[in-house]
Amino acid sequence: MDFLFQGFLQAFKLLLTGDPETYSAVAATVTVSSYAMAVSLLMGIPLGFALGHFRFPGRRAVRLVVDTMLSLPTVFVGLMVYALISRQGPLGQMGLLFTLPGIAIGQTLLALPVVIALGATTVESMDANLRTMLISLGAGRRQLLLGILWEARHGLVEAGLTAYGRVMTEVGIAMMVGGNIKWHTRTITTAIALETSKGMFAMGIALGMVLLLIAFFTTSAASLIKRK
Amino acid sequence: MKRLSTIIKLFLLMGISAAVLATSGWAADDNVLMMATTTSTNDTGLLDYLAPHFNKASGLELRWTATGTGKALELGKNCDVDVLLVHSPEAELKFVEEGYGIHRTPIMYNDFVIIGPAADPAGIKGKSVAESLAAIMAKKAVFVSRGDKSGTHNKELELWKTAKLTLPEKESWYVQSGQGMLATINMAFEKKGYTLTDRGTYIKYEADKGGQPPMVILVEGDETLRNQYSVIVVNQKRCEKAKSGMAQKFAFWMSGPQGQMLIKEFTQNGKQLFTPNAK
Repeated sequence: MDFLFQGFLQAFKLLLTGDPETYSAVAATVTVSSYAMAVSLLMGIPLGFALGHFRFPGRRAVRLVVDTMLSLPTVFVGLMVYALISRQGPLGQMGLLFTLPGIAIGQTLLALPVVIALGATTVESMDANLRTMLISLGAGRRQLLLGILWEARHGLVEAGLTAYGRVMTEVGIAMMVGGNIKWHTRTITTAIALETSKGMFAMGIALGMVLLLIAFFTTSAASLIKRK
Repeated sequence: MKRLSTIIKLFLLMGISAAVLATSGWAADDNVLMMATTTSTNDTGLLDYLAPHFNKASGLELRWTATGTGKALELGKNCDVDVLLVHSPEAELKFVEEGYGIHRTPIMYNDFVIIGPAADPAGIKGKSVAESLAAIMAKKAVFVSRGDKSGTHNKELELWKTAKLTLPEKESWYVQSGQGMLATINMAFEKKGYTLTDRGTYIKYEADKGGQPPMVILVEGDETLRNQYSVIVVNQKRCEKAKSGMAQKFAFWMSGPQGQMLIKEFTQNGKQLFTPNAK
């Protein structure tokens, strides 16, 4: 099992020597997950807030659907997105297959339910007195919403981080939709899958460490927001 | 009313973000040739070695996705790639016959070998393919199959058939890995079993193990073990967007003097992996 130790060493070597293949995979991973997170936060936070805050008919059914989507298997999403953007598919004209935006579409489908569901739970679990208090302080409708949103920020950051974890670590969509093309759509996870299948276990471990390192920096940045 | 305007703003925001996402995909490059190929041409490093030469000769950028031959053909049928480099003659001929591909050009070959642990529990060393498979079956020795409709898997199925043996699909000693060639070799090693591999991937495996591989070649040289690789151009008549002209260029280059010479000169650990044989 000396490849475990070798992997750790190699991780630092790859990063310090500026290995172009590793950095290309890092760039692909960061690009794709940024796209996916930007879209799913922009769409997910308002939707999650609405789902948690407003009472409307059919709300429980919507909630059930969103919660079920938390279990979406990544290879299944990959297959669905492939069917959609294959040249023979309905969106085939856009040339999204084997591109980073193509992967991002799939990962957005993966992250969106997480943001909505956890966002809704956060808003639901807010102190019921908050609303009364804000109104008694003379808050208007807009101020009321913003006030609740502000109080929910910790939970929302947590929702974002959970979604980010799912996006960063998935391999099914990136493989199926991206095709694991060197210098273009090879992400860290598909590179790990490839190295492992070639029996290059140390390299796989090294890339895994690199992924964890990126996650560490992102999480640290997010925790700064929470501290305020 | 306020609520309505908030909702409208919200949808506007979603629309913009979706549009940004979509347009960034349109930066499609005109000189990119997209290929689907088998795991062996990628795992051995052959394509990494050929692509820059092809780029210099033609100005085209070759990109490839490495899967089994089965999926590669499927990607061709769905018009998702422009050209194929695969190794399953029967499936390829059917693919061309059905109008999905044109100009099937044989490029190179190597051969398949049956490898196993040096201890050789079923005693197949030096036997013919049919005898070996029968011996493995009789001993119930572990045999790891790709099980993924790849070129190697198709060849293996053909070998059981030619040996007049029923495919031991449900036997516990017959393991279907569903993974690429190198992964399957590693699985066979872990299970102390036999497997069928193309020689190119085996040489790469041998080189990775520093020339001292724990899995050795036991059966080789049989006429039935030939492994032919061909380039197929995806038919533009069926796939409007397929870049058939560029694919054609690639086929010409691969079967031409430069491509053929480069293939011949490609070695791992001092051994030639593929033998060029374009006509």
